[in-house]
Amino acid sequence: MRVLSKKNIITLLLIVAVFAVVQVLISVKIINSFYEITLATICINIILAVSLNLVTGFTGQFSLGHAGFMSIGAYVCALISMNTDSTLGFIFGILAGAVAAAIVGVIIGIPTLRLKGDYLAIATLGMAEIIRVLFLNMEITNGAAGLSGIPRNTNWTWLFIFLMATIILINNFIRSSHGRACISIREDEIAAESMGVNTTKYKVMAFALGAFFAGIAGGLYASYFYFIKPNVFGFMKSVDVLVIVVLGGLGSISGSVIAAILLAVLTTFLQQFTEIRMIIYALLLVAIMLFRPQGLLGTKEITDMFKSNKNTEKIE
Amino acid sequence: MEQFLQQMVNGISLGSIYALIALGYTMVYGIIKLINFAHGDVYMIGAYIGFAATTFAKLGFFPALIIAMLASAALGILIEKVAYKPLRNSTKIAVLITAIGMSFLLEYVMMFFVGAEVRSYPKVLSDASFNLGNVVINMQQIYIVVTAIVLMIILQYIINKTKIGKAMRAVSADKDAAQLMGIQVDTTISFTFAIGSALAGAGGVLVGIYYNSIDPLMGMMPGLKAFVAAVFGGIGSIPGAMIGGLSIGIMETLVSGYGNSMYRDAFVFAILIVILIIKPAGILGKNTKEKV
Repeated sequence: MRVLSKKNIITLLLIVAVFAVVQVLISVKIINSFYEITLATICINIILAVSLNLVTGFTGQFSLGHAGFMSIGAYVCALISMNTDSTLGFIFGILAGAVAAAIVGVIIGIPTLRLKGDYLAIATLGMAEIIRVLFLNMEITNGAAGLSGIPRNTNWTWLFIFLMATIILINNFIRSSHGRACISIREDEIAAESMGVNTTKYKVMAFALGAFFAGIAGGLYASYFYFIKPNVFGFMKSVDVLVIVVLGGLGSISGSVIAAILLAVLTTFLQQFTEIRMIIYALLLVAIMLFRPQGLLGTKEITDMFKSNKNTEKIE
Repeated sequence: MEQFLQQMVNGISLGSIYALIALGYTMVYGIIKLINFAHGDVYMIGAYIGFAATTFAKLGFFPALIIAMLASAALGILIEKVAYKPLRNSTKIAVLITAIGMSFLLEYVMMFFVGAEVRSYPKVLSDASFNLGNVVINMQQIYIVVTAIVLMIILQYIINKTKIGKAMRAVSADKDAAQLMGIQVDTTISFTFAIGSALAGAGGVLVGIYYNSIDPLMGMMPGLKAFVAAVFGGIGSIPGAMIGGLSIGIMETLVSGYGNSMYRDAFVFAILIVILIIKPAGILGKNTKEKV
């Protein structure tokens, strides 16, 4: 496979075009500072959703603790960039946060990934709660008050770079042999194991990768909103991410992207109805599950729609 | 030693409330394999109904408890019919998301109607207390434990001696076979939700009296902890839920009493993870072999 294939060039052009259009909209103030926050939320949520999709959608391991990994990335990045306030410190902080989250992911993943289905969901939920309680009680994280005055080194450019890196890396991972192994675990774990797939290894790998990118999202969050406290990363945050993934379709990266954008737009729109905002959100959640339980795109990608049916099955 | 006994008394009171909520989780999970996240919110609504009955209607403890249980049972049936029944054959994750959605819906609809502020329960039970040695036991704790025990005995009777109880056990063992034997599966599932929700409603009233404060988001944490209790005892097992509830209540009180109360939630979840890893079926659960 050539690096400069026609497909890759088109993808690259599209990416540059999206970046340029949004950048222009920001500089001519059509996207004002209020909408810029929505934009940042979208980017961070897409990173979270795509990384959770790798764990839940592609590998089939039901996690309700994504916010826990996000908080690790956020705190590590915040602490590092508060001590070294520079772009270099910021990048180092984000990567350190992501690596820390991935390490915790491996440590937690090895024992808990033996569990299945609901039990795994509850175990990951419990793990995220433990992480939150630890941050609430630690000296260095300033307890319930949280950290404030984190230097803001993030802007649209950085958000977009990390967003694209996440999508491309996870997309390539899924298309690699490792990714195929992960998908085989989702389809049938016992069959995969009998075919020689080391299921534990791949589950932990997917979990750690998911945690890594959740850590990046956390770092970006800390840097963009310059204030974090443990309660931001509670059960609700994990549910929010899971809702994006399920709404977009388990096993569809483009679905996660679209769902993250839709939900962020919806939340921004609903902000004027604070009282009934959560009621509408909850009703939508139930209604979508009742009428379209497979999510918007199911397991398909948006690019599949431009291909004929024959090509969809072909492994490129 | 006295302090330990005192902590045990407090722990048993809290634990019996957890046990009441855990019973609903375990019965619903046993019958349709769903973690009913909305269960903690049924408990919250039970607490509010008890609050309304005692504050506005000036009823006593027992009438308020019974009204709260009946209303919670009706709510449980309604939730099952509206949200879970249409999804009986869809994927697990879809049902789970629906349950989370229902949970949010109940919380925020309540918040819309009653406001987010914390309310304090009226004194419906005397707070007289008496001493056993140096251990203080108050009347409320006795009421809570006795009510919980009576409800559990009634539950045991319903499940083991009545026809509908037999149907519940049959459906939870094998839904399809039960249907073939002429058991009305839908009615049985509704009944399970009704009983589980009634127990949660009772738990809500008891918590309101014990802690003297209720708010629309009070159901989240106890709901999750009651689920931990159900898993701890062995999900699907009714005596397991009782033992699990009591154990979690006692352990939580001991951590608050001797250690740092800030860590008590983390401790409960740590127990959950440990139990899931060592004995995933729980203390009284049966290990099931996976068939290919």
